Amino acid sequence: MAPLRPAAANDSALSARSETATAGAALWREALSAIAVFAVDPRIGLRLAARAGPVRAAALQVLHALLSDDIPVRKMPAGISEAALLGGLDLAASLHTGQPVLENGLIADTDGGVLVAAMAERMTQEAAGLVSLALDRRHISIERDGVSREIPARIGLVALDEGMEPDEAPPENLCERLGLWISLEGADPRGAADGGLDAEAIASARNFLASVRPNDGTIETICQAAMAFGIVSLRAPHLAIRTACAAAALGGRLSPSSGDVETAIRMVLLPRAVTMPPMPEAQDDAHDEPDDDGDHDDEQPSSPDDPAPEPEAPRDDSEIQPSQDMTVETAAASLPADLLASLAAMMRPPLARAGAGRSGSFAKRARRGRVVGTRQGDPRRDRLDLLATLRTAAPWQAIRRAERAPGAPPRLLEMRMSDIRVRRHRGKAETATIFCVDASGSAALARLAEAKGAVERILAECYVRRDRVALVAFRGTRADVLLTETKSLTRAKRSLAALPAGGGTPLASGILAALDLARSSAKEGRTPLMALLTDGRANIGRDGAAGRPQAMANAKEAARAVRACGIAALVIDLSQRPSAEARQIAADMGATYLALPRADSRALSEAVAAAPRGGDAARTRRP
Amino acid sequence: MFPFAAIVGQDQMKLALSIAAVDPSIGGVLVFGDRGTGKSTAVRALAAVLPDIETADCPYHCDPARPDEGCELCRSRAESQIPQKTEAMRVPVVDLPLGATEDRIAGSLDLERALSAGEKRFEPGLLAKAHRGFLYIDEINLLEDHLVDLLLDVAASGENVVEREGLSVRHPARFVLIGSGNPEEGELRPQLLDRFGLSVEVRTPQDLATRIQVVKRRDAFERDPAGFAAEYEAANAEVRDAILAARRRLRGVAVPDATLEKAAQLSIRLGTDGLRGELTLMRAARALAALSGDAVVGWSHLAALAPLALSHRLRRDPLDEAGSTTRVERAVGELAAA
Repeated sequence: MAPLRPAAANDSALSARSETATAGAALWREALSAIAVFAVDPRIGLRLAARAGPVRAAALQVLHALLSDDIPVRKMPAGISEAALLGGLDLAASLHTGQPVLENGLIADTDGGVLVAAMAERMTQEAAGLVSLALDRRHISIERDGVSREIPARIGLVALDEGMEPDEAPPENLCERLGLWISLEGADPRGAADGGLDAEAIASARNFLASVRPNDGTIETICQAAMAFGIVSLRAPHLAIRTACAAAALGGRLSPSSGDVETAIRMVLLPRAVTMPPMPEAQDDAHDEPDDDGDHDDEQPSSPDDPAPEPEAPRDDSEIQPSQDMTVETAAASLPADLLASLAAMMRPPLARAGAGRSGSFAKRARRGRVVGTRQGDPRRDRLDLLATLRTAAPWQAIRRAERAPGAPPRLLEMRMSDIRVRRHRGKAETATIFCVDASGSAALARLAEAKGAVERILAECYVRRDRVALVAFRGTRADVLLTETKSLTRAKRSLAALPAGGGTPLASGILAALDLARSSAKEGRTPLMALLTDGRANIGRDGAAGRPQAMANAKEAARAVRACGIAALVIDLSQRPSAEARQIAADMGATYLALPRADSRALSEAVAAAPRGGDAARTRRP
Repeated sequence: MFPFAAIVGQDQMKLALSIAAVDPSIGGVLVFGDRGTGKSTAVRALAAVLPDIETADCPYHCDPARPDEGCELCRSRAESQIPQKTEAMRVPVVDLPLGATEDRIAGSLDLERALSAGEKRFEPGLLAKAHRGFLYIDEINLLEDHLVDLLLDVAASGENVVEREGLSVRHPARFVLIGSGNPEEGELRPQLLDRFGLSVEVRTPQDLATRIQVVKRRDAFERDPAGFAAEYEAANAEVRDAILAARRRLRGVAVPDATLEKAAQLSIRLGTDGLRGELTLMRAARALAALSGDAVVGWSHLAALAPLALSHRLRRDPLDEAGSTTRVERAVGELAAA
């Protein structure tokens, strides 16, 4: 027996390695075919989730190779200005020459070609809005000297999504318009064949595309699948149909085959899935016992193509985001079983949902509020400070005049770009309240309704103050982020109503999850406040193991981490009588302590409003 | 351009837009709902249905028939009786991109002129472009409050006033403000909500057959835009004729006291603040009567439009579960029974 063991272990290790290798190659092949589809019909749009690196470089190289030379490919930096996108005055050049110098807009320059947006997750809302408009209308409007012109802008967009955090994603209005959502994570281009496609094959597929027609079956299947996945927007099925047609054109088929339809569902619809359709098998028995691991494995149809079966992830997702409307769900239940089965085979964790768009340092630059000074800048982005500009330019006039080429017409004022001063504003900092709710069995079960009432009350106040709110709940063995930061009361209400209760108290995990949210909120320039509702009686450790002493120690560590990060906090004690544990946690956190039995909901919301906020320099420095 | 008549379903949205086209003084339309429901398509399609407008030769494409409502240039020309050159142009639909600055919206100093000629000249903004047309703002709920405020002010007064950078400009800007957004991403402040004339909630069609039809038409349109548009030309012409006829009839439509009283009762029952709700309801009902060829505004017009004109004006507990549209419909039902 003994000598056999290592051999067996070796064997499985080997096979595991070769399995990951095949999985990596399969992911790469998938990415290649998505790129080919995009090259055939760039209007579909491509969202490529990958960090900068050799794999992404290889993918972009493939794209370049597939596009013939007459198709322009332009790069769009994340912080691009409106003038650079649409065309307008080149301010620096204009000041230098004293003549208006116009620059061509990037969008119009890319007409008939492909625009590659780098770091799309940092694209400004402004840029995303303009590009979306161009994608929708296929032209842009330019105003110059009172004459409006419409310039064709038939572009295809590739958004390079380097978002690493779950809340980092390209602006949602842009993602919505991009059909193919592909992730290169885990893809391995080594030793892969190029798929036998070249620019010539793509060009002929492009020509052939005009004669490809989707039949009724294709449209119906794709619409059904979109509904089953709970995808609300009708743009998604539309883009999926285009994808199916492009795939058919690649294969020289006059209408999409079932394989083309499957490709479209996999590349366009699946990554956007909000809910996973209920599986035919799952309806019988397996659903009631989520703890039974054996059943899970049986549920998954054994499909060799399945890249990464993760039965847990999709189900959790639907729990966290309850299906938006029952009708979609019930409609999904009536889908043909074979379609469901093939959807099940394609399941994989969805790509990060689109975000509100990050604008990095640009968003932090307030455009209104109190004027606190001036700085060098572009008067088209910020308000010009005329006096300061003149004051800056004045001392240089004699020197600049002397420098002028002899014979050049004299100018009243020699201005340079560097003279221009714009006003600096200090905007009102936004606040975010992060609720961390103990939904465990211990004390919360009895008081959860009251806790919910308290949270609702505070939510209503937040709504009035236009605060953002986020919600974390912990129970059983882990903490879940039920709601990432939002201003939407509708969503907050819904996730609160769906909050289940019972199980252990993994306090440490809860605090840490809330801390993560608070820190990313602070990073965005908001001031977060953590409101922890608990009885403080932790009995599940960070690792998910039961045991009170360890759990309490972990919880205290987590609480001290909150303090170390300078996040303002409020502990609301949920137990019947004020508990020493909750008080201790509050002390470790440097938080204000409130006992719920003595605090009516009004006092609670006042406490939230009055709580000292983190993020202020003084507090952040606290050890 | 996707033909207005080819839009599947979304009757409430189409109704609200048509009413705004008949009577632009209704005060803007708010369209809240899911993404990808054809909100911006509908606005553009409606503008394309309308006949071209005649414009004066001025930076604000004023109406040559009404110089008194025009810009400074038009008024001075009218006073000195200089004949105007006129042109025809499409009804403008201006998109306000998210992230647009106040300068770009209201207009600002023309930098190009200032630099090259040392001339202080006003460069009209998006508000000027939208004059006599539609101003469409996607994701209005994400727009900064002070910009929404500015837009609503101008929409209500029909005039844009710019006082900054040594400029002092005043020009007409009469447009139908159309804001859209997804409430899941944040709500509009109640103070701003109330200032929109009509509001509609749009949802994606929930049944498969309708969804398939929408996607099919979109596909057919993109395959052959011209051929598809030709198919719906007759239906589009009907929409145009109905709106033009309603505009002519509008002044002649009578609003009896009994109807006014009903509108007041409805507002009281719902506890809407101020008189704006009643006023809008009455105006919208009159436009609807004109659209349907009725000479008198009756209860049926009020009942049909009450949810559009009142649901966004209810003073509400933000945590109240019952949708405001439901509350309006309930009140309408009660009043009808009474």
